Amino acid sequence: MFVDITQAMGQVVTPMMLLLIIVGVIAGMAVGATPGLSATVGLALLLPITFAMDPTTGLVLMGAFYMGAIYGGSFTAILVNTPGTPSSIATTFDGYPMTQQGRSEAAIIASTVGSVVGGVIGVIGLLVLAPLLAQVVLAFGPQEYFWMGIFGLTMIAGIAPSLVKGLAAGFLGLLISTIGISPVGGEVRFTFGFTQMQGGIPLIVALIGLFTIPTIVDMVIAPGSRTAAMAADAQARQRGGELKSTLRDLLSRPLNPIRSSIIGTFVGILPGAGGSVANLIAYNEAKRTSKRSKNFGKGEIDGVVAPEAANNAVVGGGMVPLLTLGIPGAPPDAVIYGVLLLHGLRPGPDLFEEQGVLTFTFILAVGVSAILMAPVGLVAGRGLQRAVVRTPTHYLAPLIALLTIVGSYAVRNSALDVLMMVALGLIGYGLRNVGLPPAAIVLGVVLGPIIETGLAQGLLTATAQANPWTSFFTRPISLVLIVLVILGLAWPLITDLREKRKAGKVKAP
Amino acid sequence: MARVRTQRGIAVLAGAAMALTGCGTTQSSTDDAAENYPTQAVQYIIPFDPGGESDITARLQQQALEDAMGQSVSVSNRPGGGGAVGWSELATSIKPDGHTLMGANLPHIVLQPLARDDAGYETEQIKWAYIFESTPNALVVSKNSPYETVEDFVKAAEEKKLTVGGSASFSANHIGTLAFNKAADIDLTYVPFSGTGAATPALLGGQVDALMTYNTEALNLKEQGAKVLAVASEEPLPELPEAPTFKDSGYDVVQGAWRGVAVPPETPDAIVQQVADAFKAVNEDPEVKQKMEELGFHIEDMGPEEATQFTEEQTAEAEDLLERFGLLKD
Repeated sequence: MFVDITQAMGQVVTPMMLLLIIVGVIAGMAVGATPGLSATVGLALLLPITFAMDPTTGLVLMGAFYMGAIYGGSFTAILVNTPGTPSSIATTFDGYPMTQQGRSEAAIIASTVGSVVGGVIGVIGLLVLAPLLAQVVLAFGPQEYFWMGIFGLTMIAGIAPSLVKGLAAGFLGLLISTIGISPVGGEVRFTFGFTQMQGGIPLIVALIGLFTIPTIVDMVIAPGSRTAAMAADAQARQRGGELKSTLRDLLSRPLNPIRSSIIGTFVGILPGAGGSVANLIAYNEAKRTSKRSKNFGKGEIDGVVAPEAANNAVVGGGMVPLLTLGIPGAPPDAVIYGVLLLHGLRPGPDLFEEQGVLTFTFILAVGVSAILMAPVGLVAGRGLQRAVVRTPTHYLAPLIALLTIVGSYAVRNSALDVLMMVALGLIGYGLRNVGLPPAAIVLGVVLGPIIETGLAQGLLTATAQANPWTSFFTRPISLVLIVLVILGLAWPLITDLREKRKAGKVKAP
Repeated sequence: MARVRTQRGIAVLAGAAMALTGCGTTQSSTDDAAENYPTQAVQYIIPFDPGGESDITARLQQQALEDAMGQSVSVSNRPGGGGAVGWSELATSIKPDGHTLMGANLPHIVLQPLARDDAGYETEQIKWAYIFESTPNALVVSKNSPYETVEDFVKAAEEKKLTVGGSASFSANHIGTLAFNKAADIDLTYVPFSGTGAATPALLGGQVDALMTYNTEALNLKEQGAKVLAVASEEPLPELPEAPTFKDSGYDVVQGAWRGVAVPPETPDAIVQQVADAFKAVNEDPEVKQKMEELGFHIEDMGPEEATQFTEEQTAEAEDLLERFGLLKD
């Protein structure tokens, strides 16, 4: 195995291979930064090109592209409140407020740091712990997925200003997620007579509608609102040294990116979860453990680092079940699985033994592409940032509007998706103005299918038991997750109490 | 000017060709269209996500298909509703000129209209051009499962509730499990997962007692130590030689997925035949053939009539099974 790794190292560190990786990363970033073109869609577009290549070259290109796409998704999340891929949902929570305050350059730097750290840690996890981690996949049954989804829902308590309104928004999201064919049982639900609605509302369409349309409306209503941000950005640029000071600030709290990366790696390993869940959980954990918890949602830089570290860690984590068991960990892995099969490479234990050099070349190249994101991203990402910040609102707003249409159409080449995007956007705008946060709606859309599938499958797999419901409370990992759910629910109350007590102490003589 | 001349040249050539074949006088306008078909790039739509069996097959075929058709072919995906979103468009809104083809799968196009109140299409509206491959079902248990044969499994199922995982509801794996239930007079609980790959960890992790999966995944699982109890084909499979067929064990279960290509319902027969010829040529391409066999896909060669007749047989069997288990729509 070590011979294979050394040989693989020699293959990766060649000018041609490094060039290929850079090309892959840049192309991926461009696609990732385009709303609607997710990493999965981009990889599918790349697929025919890789046919003509030998397996190693094709896989390396795809790995670099995937890594770059997940990172690129943060650019639009930060700059125009539009997650470029579903893996950057939580990046908008603090990234866009930072942009509104004229701190978008710092946010892009934070996203780069998070993505590089996450990408590298994910690959280390894949390289060192793959066979061990593969066992985790098998221990996770339907019941565990159900509880993981419920745990994710507890996040609503944190992101909504009012619990009741947060729950209402989350519930609406869950309802939206039930449109279409039910994941277990195949019933047709809420299609309102449109046969096309059998496919449900794609997450990306919901994301573009709920996040971007309100942003555009805000811009149009108050075109002057960006002036202050532009001035602050120009000031920061004049002052200079943004890169140095931001890096110093971030490196003083290394725990946040490392913890987020571990969360990302772990969630990536679980098939059926992926980057869209990982970035949300990492954000929530960063908020929960941060000393500056109160600043989250208002432009806290650690709130950008956490989701971006987690989503790039999913890349390596998702390849654990892919390469060891032949099970794609995250949706983009399904396309890479296809490439492996087309080249006659059957994932599984044999892949590491018989095709060791190729497999390790691929893994190492994915790691190298994470590192190369730093120079590429700091140039391209900041260039894009400068361009977007300087673009006057009367050009920027129509440009984003055009992107939303192209993006939502591109998901499935469907005009109905564009209509659904606009409708959701208007609903989202109205609801946001009465205090129902779009983030909570999206949380419901992301987690709904995981919870529903887990519940229905859990009840079916436990039919042999007298009461299948008990299976949700008797499995060891389920119990751990239940404790996490309770903690997640109690946490806001505990912090409230603690603060009240602190305030009380100060007041009391 | 130059363009006009070439067009006229083509017309003269086409006329000469018609005269030579001796059927020029009775040609209708649609046959003219067929004569020149394909006149533009061909869209080959897969109604499933990228990376799945159908998608991989289409991308394998693309190059050979371009060679056979003499036009560029682009493969795209229009997923949703287990294929129904794409097929309802095929049935109602795609131009029937043969320049847009869509992948179609059995038993999906039979089961969806039977089970859903409004699938958006009827089975008869999916006009087959060709069925080019199949993947038979296989019953797989994990390495440390107590069952060594189908008989063991059936015996256990008579005494307690056993669960069988598979890919999706109203799918090949689902109806395969129903057919097994009927043939062995047992009551297995079918647990649908979101795809072939998603069901696998449930078997390896002991969440389900067995998997009804495709031969391709059975091959994967066997390499990891799992036991293939039976395959649902007429004859034993060359890639899984030790596994008996269900029929050998006395259970009449022949089920699996058949993949092919379909066109909108009003497409002229002459064009359908040309599409069929192209896919026949693709199946004969040595490279395509080799890759498909490596992946465990069984090559099938069913032209338009044969595929339609086969679909009718499948429909009759499926109706009977769904009715028996109360799964037919009201």
